[in-house]
Amino acid sequence: MSAISQELLDEVALSRAEYEAIVDRLNREPNPLEIGLFGALWSEHCGYKHTKALLRTLPNTSDRLLVAPGAENAGVVDIGDGYAVAFKIESHNHPSAVEPYEGAATGVGGIVRDILAMGARPLALMNSLRFGLPDDERQRYLLNGVVSGISGYGNCIGVPNVGGEVVFDPSYAGNPLVNAMCVGIIEDAKIMSASADAPGDLLVLVGAKTGRDGIHGASGLASRTFQEQAEMRSAVQVGNPFLEKVLIEACLEAINLPGVVGMQDCGAAGITSAAVEMAERSELGLNIDVAKVPRRENEMSPYEVMLSESQERMLLAVKPGHEERLFELFEKWDLDAAIIGTFEAGNQVVVSDGAQQASSTPVVTLTDAPEYQFNSPKPAWLGELQSFDLTALPDLEITPNEALLKLLASPNIASKHTVWRQYDHQVQNNTVVSPGGDAALLRIQGTQRALAISTDGNGRLVYLNPRVGAAIAVAEACRNLSCVGAEPVALTDGLNFGNPETPDIQYQLQETVAGISEAAAAFDIPVVSGNASLYNESAGSAVQPTPIIGALGVLEDVGRHAKSAFRDEGDVVVVIGADSPWDDINGLAGSEALSVFHDEVAGNPALDLDLEIRVQQLCRSLIAKGLVNSAHDVSHGGVSDAVVESAIQGNIGATIMHDATIHDWVAALFGESQSRIVITCATPDAEVVLNAASKAGVPATRIGTVGGDRVRFADLIDLPLETVGDVWLNSFQTATSG
Amino acid sequence: MKFGIVVFPGSWSERDMHYAVSDVLGYQAEYVWHREAKLAGFDAILLPGGFSYGDHLRCGAVAAHSPVMGAIKEFVENGGFVFGSCNGFQILCESGLLPGALIRNDHLEFRCSAGTLRVETSSTPFTSQFSAGDVVSMPISHGEGNYQADDETLATLEASGRIVFRYVDAENQASAEANPNGSRNNIAGITNARGNVLGMMPHPERACESLLGSSDGNPLWQSIAAAVDAGKS
Repeated sequence: MSAISQELLDEVALSRAEYEAIVDRLNREPNPLEIGLFGALWSEHCGYKHTKALLRTLPNTSDRLLVAPGAENAGVVDIGDGYAVAFKIESHNHPSAVEPYEGAATGVGGIVRDILAMGARPLALMNSLRFGLPDDERQRYLLNGVVSGISGYGNCIGVPNVGGEVVFDPSYAGNPLVNAMCVGIIEDAKIMSASADAPGDLLVLVGAKTGRDGIHGASGLASRTFQEQAEMRSAVQVGNPFLEKVLIEACLEAINLPGVVGMQDCGAAGITSAAVEMAERSELGLNIDVAKVPRRENEMSPYEVMLSESQERMLLAVKPGHEERLFELFEKWDLDAAIIGTFEAGNQVVVSDGAQQASSTPVVTLTDAPEYQFNSPKPAWLGELQSFDLTALPDLEITPNEALLKLLASPNIASKHTVWRQYDHQVQNNTVVSPGGDAALLRIQGTQRALAISTDGNGRLVYLNPRVGAAIAVAEACRNLSCVGAEPVALTDGLNFGNPETPDIQYQLQETVAGISEAAAAFDIPVVSGNASLYNESAGSAVQPTPIIGALGVLEDVGRHAKSAFRDEGDVVVVIGADSPWDDINGLAGSEALSVFHDEVAGNPALDLDLEIRVQQLCRSLIAKGLVNSAHDVSHGGVSDAVVESAIQGNIGATIMHDATIHDWVAALFGESQSRIVITCATPDAEVVLNAASKAGVPATRIGTVGGDRVRFADLIDLPLETVGDVWLNSFQTATSG
Repeated sequence: MKFGIVVFPGSWSERDMHYAVSDVLGYQAEYVWHREAKLAGFDAILLPGGFSYGDHLRCGAVAAHSPVMGAIKEFVENGGFVFGSCNGFQILCESGLLPGALIRNDHLEFRCSAGTLRVETSSTPFTSQFSAGDVVSMPISHGEGNYQADDETLATLEASGRIVFRYVDAENQASAEANPNGSRNNIAGITNARGNVLGMMPHPERACESLLGSSDGNPLWQSIAAAVDAGKS
């Protein structure tokens, strides 16, 4: 038994057993610097101790795959015409809970550098956010801080922020989720690797100076639960988006210089993680001299320099003799560039402070964090929730008109345009479909192609059935792409869960990954990158299990795309994906309606993946044939919400008829059964559309007509477009400005 | 016709401007690094949007003292055409080439949206290819686009036809609702007294293709080219 104090172990979030394993491997006690290095690299954030084994089971092959998942900072897929795309989603939950502006801002900065490290120019950002209910002042503070942080950072770096999600649920009150996705484009497939070539290659640190900010960000904030937020404030980094912008431009120039062979971003655990990972990938040793690191604070110890998470820094691997042009380039951009080490033969990471050696540790010992495997049983409480009797719900005491308005006013459904307008979503001149549509669509300059991107997650459904809920997240993220006409080609996943040392959370994790795998396999697309954020708990209470799925789609002809807004008076409204869009009572499972009207999160959501895939293929083929005037995914709020949103966006009403008996109008109007898309087409095309659906084996029902200035649903709902528009467009602002 | 597009550290519209004038319209265009103290071979100079120097001190305040700005002042004195949008407008005000100042939006938020503008005059080298009274769509994207000037300056601008673009609503009224940032008199863009410098907050370079929502920005570049041609012939 080692004499190390529990306090010191807690500081770096290592368990006593892990510490003993380190002593065992080194055959000696680690010195204080080494304890810091292990704490960072064996943290949940860097070491993926509880998720590595699970993540290996995700589908990871595709003809389009140029860089395999896990091999580099982000996976890369071929999108044709000589272009490749790197993309990844990452969480910054804990920093955002402590300091929302800087936490969210540096979350954006971090994911952008991950993409930059692949040699890609960042093309677009998306964010997926979760908070507690906005009737609480602290939640509004967190929301506004996070949105301002994303806006303040993202707008400054000239990367369009094309949307995402903002969702509220009480489970996120103590632990908001801030996931940021970045998509970058690489021309002529000139992909960078985060590795050196050979012994003697130089390790060059570029960008901002190093300070004491963010020490223990990876091991502390991201890898355990926390209760006293204030005490953690010093572990949150502070971002400088201006430096990030010039760093992007400088690095994109630098990779074209001769002798620049590798690039890596400094993210969680700073130089420690970045440099050691480069050494591991290069199968080389590394000597680092912390005395060479440009600093903005005096008398920093090797420990502080190695573990600082100062932002806007990158590491380059450079062939000796090529450093002068690199220095000139960074001087042109007014950025520091310093040789801080050399790659060596062998496999030892040696850290020195000038002439004095501070630590010497084998690379693999540092990087080979323990793996924890588990197979936990389904919790008993989950079975009870799933068997909740949706048919026994009490009747609503409000009219369908009132119910629709109430649902449209829910901050989960109301338009988020007051958020999106704070983000520059147009810079770079590519944005064809802006935030607020099902997916954002970005054309690729100089080609006919476009990229569609979407993020989707539904904590409630995953909570109720982790496997099916996760598959639904994949299905819906892909459905969003199909609604603009793009074919899904790859996924990234951000797993946000509670404490993985408890059986219920383990069950959620294992089932969620299985659900993502099943769905990705069904779509035949790989999960190319991802991130796991665990310990999302506050005072012993975990967030809903929330996998956020980022999906990337390719559209061959940007001229043939669809938007969600209704277009022309007289167009026919068709629901594809359901025999009757109206009568699936199980569509209320985990729905927004169940939550808003009955204050329940219960039921057992269902998904038919085969049908889902046929529905999406049909939607894309109809759009490609130019038959679709609008397409909108049926999601929160059901068919009625999908129709109302399209009507408001198109500033034209609709009349939806139904001749069969409606047994339960709440389920009919607001049920959220999967695999449904509301499309509209010109009247003469309606038969063609219905025939195509029939041939594709997709149920399709003509449900009404676009036109007028009211929205009507059978004999249930009849409201002026202006009324529903006011509620949908203004409620989010009202609910969140307190 | 050759445009020079200045690049400051933190600029981000330079590539969009290059795309609009070169890829879309076929004019020549070349980037000019902010440390250049001389300008040679350009018919017009464009100052892009972005966050030059991270908006340190005030938007555009540091860029206004770049070496290139000395050369641009000389270029203007010699009658050259200079256009700045967004941060470019801010830099032109900070450097004294245009009157007034751009302060924080009155609602204190960054605002990115489609902008509806009325072309107030076609009698400038920047708007000859529009008709006065045209209502055009060009995106806005800024946090500090609230144009302020003293009453006397404002009266001079109004009286001398130097207000080139104004924010209007769907009914073509320069209403408070149409004003995205609190600018006095709904001002979106102005010229200098000589008429060879235009600054505006909206982004004509983003309104370069109907695929992106509008191509209403293109006549602005075509106007500059026409003015340059007229000067040469």
